[in-house]
Amino acid sequence: MSEYNRVVIPIGPQHPSLKEPGCFTVTLDGEKIVDVVVGIGYNHRGLEKACESRNYIQIIYLLERICGICSHTHTTAFCQGVEELAGISIPRRAAYIRVIVAEIERLHSHLLWLGVAAHEIGFDTMFMYAWRDREAVLDILAAVGGNRVNYGINTIGGVRRDIDDSLRQDILKMTDALQEQVKYYQELALTETTLAARLAGIGKLSGEDALKYGAVGPVIRASGIDFDIRAVDPYAVYAEIPFKVITDTHADVFGRTVVRILELLESIEIIRFCIKNMPDGDIVTKAPRRIPAGEVISRTEAPRGEDIHYIRSNGTERPDRVRVRAPSEANWHAMRHMLLGQYLADAPITIAAIDPCFSCTDRAIVINSGRETELMDWPRLRQYSIDWYKKRGIDVASIKIPERRMYF
Amino acid sequence: MVQADTLWKVMAEQAMIINYSRGDNALSLLKKAIAWGTRKSPWIIHFNAGSCNGCDIEIVDALTPRFDLERLGILQRGTPRHADVLVCTGAVTLQTKDRLKQIYDQMPEPKFVIATGTCACSGGVFNGCYCVMGGIDSVIPVDVYIPGCAVRPEAIISAVAKLLGALEAQQKGGGKDADRRSDHSQVSREIQYFKG
Ligand code: SF4
Repeated sequence: MSEYNRVVIPIGPQHPSLKEPGCFTVTLDGEKIVDVVVGIGYNHRGLEKACESRNYIQIIYLLERICGICSHTHTTAFCQGVEELAGISIPRRAAYIRVIVAEIERLHSHLLWLGVAAHEIGFDTMFMYAWRDREAVLDILAAVGGNRVNYGINTIGGVRRDIDDSLRQDILKMTDALQEQVKYYQELALTETTLAARLAGIGKLSGEDALKYGAVGPVIRASGIDFDIRAVDPYAVYAEIPFKVITDTHADVFGRTVVRILELLESIEIIRFCIKNMPDGDIVTKAPRRIPAGEVISRTEAPRGEDIHYIRSNGTERPDRVRVRAPSEANWHAMRHMLLGQYLADAPITIAAIDPCFSCTDRAIVINSGRETELMDWPRLRQYSIDWYKKRGIDVASIKIPERRMYF
Repeated sequence: MVQADTLWKVMAEQAMIINYSRGDNALSLLKKAIAWGTRKSPWIIHFNAGSCNGCDIEIVDALTPRFDLERLGILQRGTPRHADVLVCTGAVTLQTKDRLKQIYDQMPEPKFVIATGTCACSGGVFNGCYCVMGGIDSVIPVDVYIPGCAVRPEAIISAVAKLLGALEAQQKGGGKDADRRSDHSQVSREIQYFKG
């Protein structure tokens, strides 16, 4: 086929099948996709920079709003990191509550995904079913945290709200009802031939490629690799909880659906275990306002995969640097690979199958390729910048920076 | 013109808001018919201008079984050219700013904007970030503000109901409020099209 037969189709940033702004420039040869350029950054708000001018408690609320779907995961990763820097350990009850909320969040996120994926393939009945069931989960989240989306459970040194006995009963009731429904979805996904026919063989990603492109979460697990931070690097109390890492060997969209549905069931089991074994005691320990200097990497398993936070503190109330590597960010490369050679009609579901979250993804990275690199420590970098300006006749010390507008 | 006349007559009779024989001209008829349609069944389009996703899922949530905005006649559309109401979330980022304007411009008159969520109203937690413009109203005019982080679907429904109520009041009252948005050029262009 010659170059002339190629058609370039831009999808986004506003598009019916995208709920968030992202731009995919798809090059087609006939119906086949031959190239994809993923244009992201529409949602880049500059949160990492904003962290540097806020104190640790304020940052929790800011990071919670990286993404409304997995808000708890981000704050857990951040709080864990800061707790490690400060050298405090949280009460066991708090760790249990963190796990319970994290798993309830996984329930809501996976149900949301199930609905969106069903919508993408035109199965709107399932979309409505899944979102109806998700309401029960949101009710519980609202009861636990007081808000349906950003629940603000975490704080440095533990959690802000307790889960009392009556709430525990409510959670158990919810999980019982939900389990029935999820079993139904499982049966539907495995036996409904139209569904299987629509999803099987689409968005193939072999285990090798998944590793090569650095996929995470259900995407890599559906390619047969049992990579789950809860198991490989247990945080909170995951080390004490018996649970299976769900994998599947289909390595396509169907596999990812199965993995997510089975993970729903697994999360329900984890919640039940935690509720039963939750110890009594405090829910928070006192944390210092100033965090000793140091740097830390903290990882959690978000519903979409491995979430990494890097924090460097300098002994004051504010960190030097916070870097967030959200799971969706890691999955884009794999997604491009999956899209190549597919039909255009399969693109929406293939994109949806990594459960992309643009708000999580849009972080800024500066890459200087083809240059020699060297590491500069902070004082040297500072000196370098002062010299750089001096050479150009600007005296940095004389510049007055206006006070930042504060709204809190 | 005959065809168009008959069409407007039928629509106007249905709307029961005007008496055709009273001698309304075609422009005011068309306006009234559009206003009636907007009030009875506003079509919305949703745009994320740099939010955290929280309010977006709540908007979708408002369209699903428990809350079901569709029973108020509200339908979600995929393209701005079909929509009456722009439901917008998020502190506007520099990247989405132009898109937001474009989408707003593409919507036919009369159009309304609902800013959903604290960060759409004022910038919220993102205020002061280097890539953030502030609330939606820093780029396009906003009719209804819904605060809340995240807004609850009930709040969205209440806002939409209020908007519909306000529309109805405007229509009944007529007068200058109904023409609040002076730029009805799009409407007159359509009239010309029918005449031609
Ligand atoms: S108002 Fe809050 S929940 Fe809604 S989009 Fe903004 S930050 Fe997210």
